[in-house]
Amino acid sequence: MAELNLGTYATNTWCPGCGNFAILNAIKSVIGELNSEGLPLKNIVLVSGIGCNSKIVDYLNINSFYSIHGRALPVAEAIKISKPETKVIVFSGDGDAYGEGIEHLIFAAKRNIDITAIIHNNRVYGLTTGQYTPTSPLGFKGRSTPEGTKEGPINPLELMLASKASFLARGTSHGLEALKRIFKEAILHKGFSLVDVLQVCVTYYNMYEYYDKRVYNLENHNPQDYNQALNKIREWDYNADSPIALGVFYKKELPSFEQGFTHDKIDPIINERKIKEFLKASI
Amino acid sequence: MNDFSIVIGGKAGFGIDKSGNIIGRILNNLDLRIYIYRDYPSLIRGGHTFSVIRVSEKLISAHQDQIDFLLALNQDTFNFHKSRLQDNSVVIYDSDTVKIEGLNPSIKAEGIPVAKIIKEESATEIMRNTCIIGAFVKAAGVSWDLLVEIFNKEFTQDTELNLRIARRGFDQAQESIRIEPKSQIKLPLLSGNQAVALGLIKAGLSTYISYPMTPTSPILHFLAEVGHEFSLKVIHPESEIGVILMALGFAYAGEKTAVGTSGGGFCLMTEGISLAGMAELPVVVVVGQRPGPSTGLPTYSAQTDLNFVLSAGHGEFARFVVAPGDAEEAYFWSAQALNFSWKYQTPAFVLTDKNLGESTFNFDLDSVGEIKEEEILAWDGVLPYKRYLDTKDGVSPLVSVADKDAVVKVNSYEHDESGITTEDAFITTKMQDKRLRKTKFMIEDLVGFETVKVYGDKESSTAILCWGSNKGVCIELAQELGLKVIQPVVLCPFGVQHFEMAMAGVDKLINIENNASAQLGKMVENLGYEIAADILKYDGRPFTVEELRGKLKKVL
Repeated sequence: MAELNLGTYATNTWCPGCGNFAILNAIKSVIGELNSEGLPLKNIVLVSGIGCNSKIVDYLNINSFYSIHGRALPVAEAIKISKPETKVIVFSGDGDAYGEGIEHLIFAAKRNIDITAIIHNNRVYGLTTGQYTPTSPLGFKGRSTPEGTKEGPINPLELMLASKASFLARGTSHGLEALKRIFKEAILHKGFSLVDVLQVCVTYYNMYEYYDKRVYNLENHNPQDYNQALNKIREWDYNADSPIALGVFYKKELPSFEQGFTHDKIDPIINERKIKEFLKASI
Repeated sequence: MNDFSIVIGGKAGFGIDKSGNIIGRILNNLDLRIYIYRDYPSLIRGGHTFSVIRVSEKLISAHQDQIDFLLALNQDTFNFHKSRLQDNSVVIYDSDTVKIEGLNPSIKAEGIPVAKIIKEESATEIMRNTCIIGAFVKAAGVSWDLLVEIFNKEFTQDTELNLRIARRGFDQAQESIRIEPKSQIKLPLLSGNQAVALGLIKAGLSTYISYPMTPTSPILHFLAEVGHEFSLKVIHPESEIGVILMALGFAYAGEKTAVGTSGGGFCLMTEGISLAGMAELPVVVVVGQRPGPSTGLPTYSAQTDLNFVLSAGHGEFARFVVAPGDAEEAYFWSAQALNFSWKYQTPAFVLTDKNLGESTFNFDLDSVGEIKEEEILAWDGVLPYKRYLDTKDGVSPLVSVADKDAVVKVNSYEHDESGITTEDAFITTKMQDKRLRKTKFMIEDLVGFETVKVYGDKESSTAILCWGSNKGVCIELAQELGLKVIQPVVLCPFGVQHFEMAMAGVDKLINIENNASAQLGKMVENLGYEIAADILKYDGRPFTVEELRGKLKKVL
């Protein structure tokens, strides 16, 4: 199979060694695979927020909506409702999805709308040059908290499980093959899927070594089992030292939000007639 | 000439609103013209709620202080409104709960033992209205058969019981004032909000998104209810931020989309409005004004957000802003707003207020101008597709995502013609020029529309300047006092040329607004016109005819 050229002429501005490259390479490969399996490229839509992560849409010659900070998800939901035949993939960061736009994330999960959110979770604000995020550990020294944060992190996967997301997984930017597998499974999952990628920011929070020492792949785990998923998700709270599981924590087939909306073509003549009927009935 | 006003009042939860509509509908079927003003507090049960139903032989869209019928379901209604009664007015009241004291003997008091009747008929509390309506119909000399006809349309359950109770009220009362029928074409009754909704549908609306907020929630409720009839998607998301961002996602997917909100919700939307400007995504935003700042008076009315809507969203971009003044204008201009929004790929705003949105008007579709579907510039199929192709008028050929074999990239960052982010100085200037250039062509387009309306005595050298829902009361008084009325309807881009034509022969301009800082007046002054006097009212209530007459006479 000839390799698809999915790149653009945009200059890549990520730092050398940035964890975002792994996500870009993984998604390119997955898009190529999905396309070779029959998914037309025109039916793939990428939506991003703002942050280093979100630049990814400039680097892919695929439909994209480069939204504003925290606001990728409502855009993605609308596209899916309007065009259920599309695969809608959101790229968002921890500041973007778990901070500024957390209400949208919770509601997208609650609705179980069939879109995929890939969260580039580097646990630091990169583009604004190094402040703490909702997943930075307690005591994190950033430029807005030089003496260390006085608030601990949230566990985003636990929050998402409580919010009724039906597919939850974690990967790292040091595991390209695993990322490809997880991304593909997430995109093909019918319902709201979220992949929390421990994507390392080499400039402001280089955690490669820390993660490499602690990560392990989930085995003998039943992702259909809510309690098992919850236990494994709680094993690491994004703060204290503990083993960090990678893979699919939770996966359940449930009704998704985009079903049940009309896709009838608006017929101006019929609607005008109905307006007149309504007016007549309002005398 | 027939011109009567009826006040029906009680506690919230009494069904006052529905009763006002039923009375309006009965009188409308005497071939008379109706205007209903609704006044209610921001609570679910209790408080004081009332409707003023005005009925006249000619079209009206204002209410009066003086009333002819007071229908009192509780003591507050009598106490609060008795000063509005005049010689020969009639009070119809529930004699089991309301005490009538100190009433001028020239006013007729008609006590109906409503509580007793309800008990005897084993009916529910809310049916007390029905009993009062029955008594009113008799007192106003309206036929029983007409009441039956309207009840059969209005009630889907318990119609027989309601009719029985109404009949008891009817039989207890005596005819006092005869509201004479007239023979002219019957016109439907619509709220301003319904007119906005129907106008949007007329222009091809496919999606409506809104977070509940007075005074535009009724648009959401109405469209949610009739949505399947018109093949609409109607969504109530997590917040106004979710609303506007979803709307832009729908626009990207090719869905003609509108959203509705009020000041506070619109504040939350502004980052999305700015995104719509940069990403060149069409959306109609209905902003129903109410008194602020902040929560203010949630269920009352104001014209305080003109400046806000004209400048909402950071950065500079083309926009279309229209402020309709009655149901026909609400219908016509909501449709045009959707059309312009798509033609120029930029946000459009329909600025209403509580008085326009929640009042009831006669609606004459035949008097609404022709609404032509605007052509949307299509793509010629030459690859690669450029979402932001620079063109003479700044409008790029539009392809909606996933519709064609084209890569469609939209972007909140400054971007090149393909939608790829840029920080290049030359491209930045070029793209900013491209987006702003649309305004010039929109202005040319608008020359063919009545963007500034003129009413009253067109030869008068004294003119009233007004906008939005003040239109009705201003026209009525201008006709009476021999004044000209100038009503700018399109507020951005402002019809400077049309305004100049409207001002020909005017040497005294009196500005009337429901705000404290004369927002339109200042705008007009900035164009070089002089305002002789401002009449400003900002207590949340609309001008009554008498109130504005008094204020006008002081400055004439």
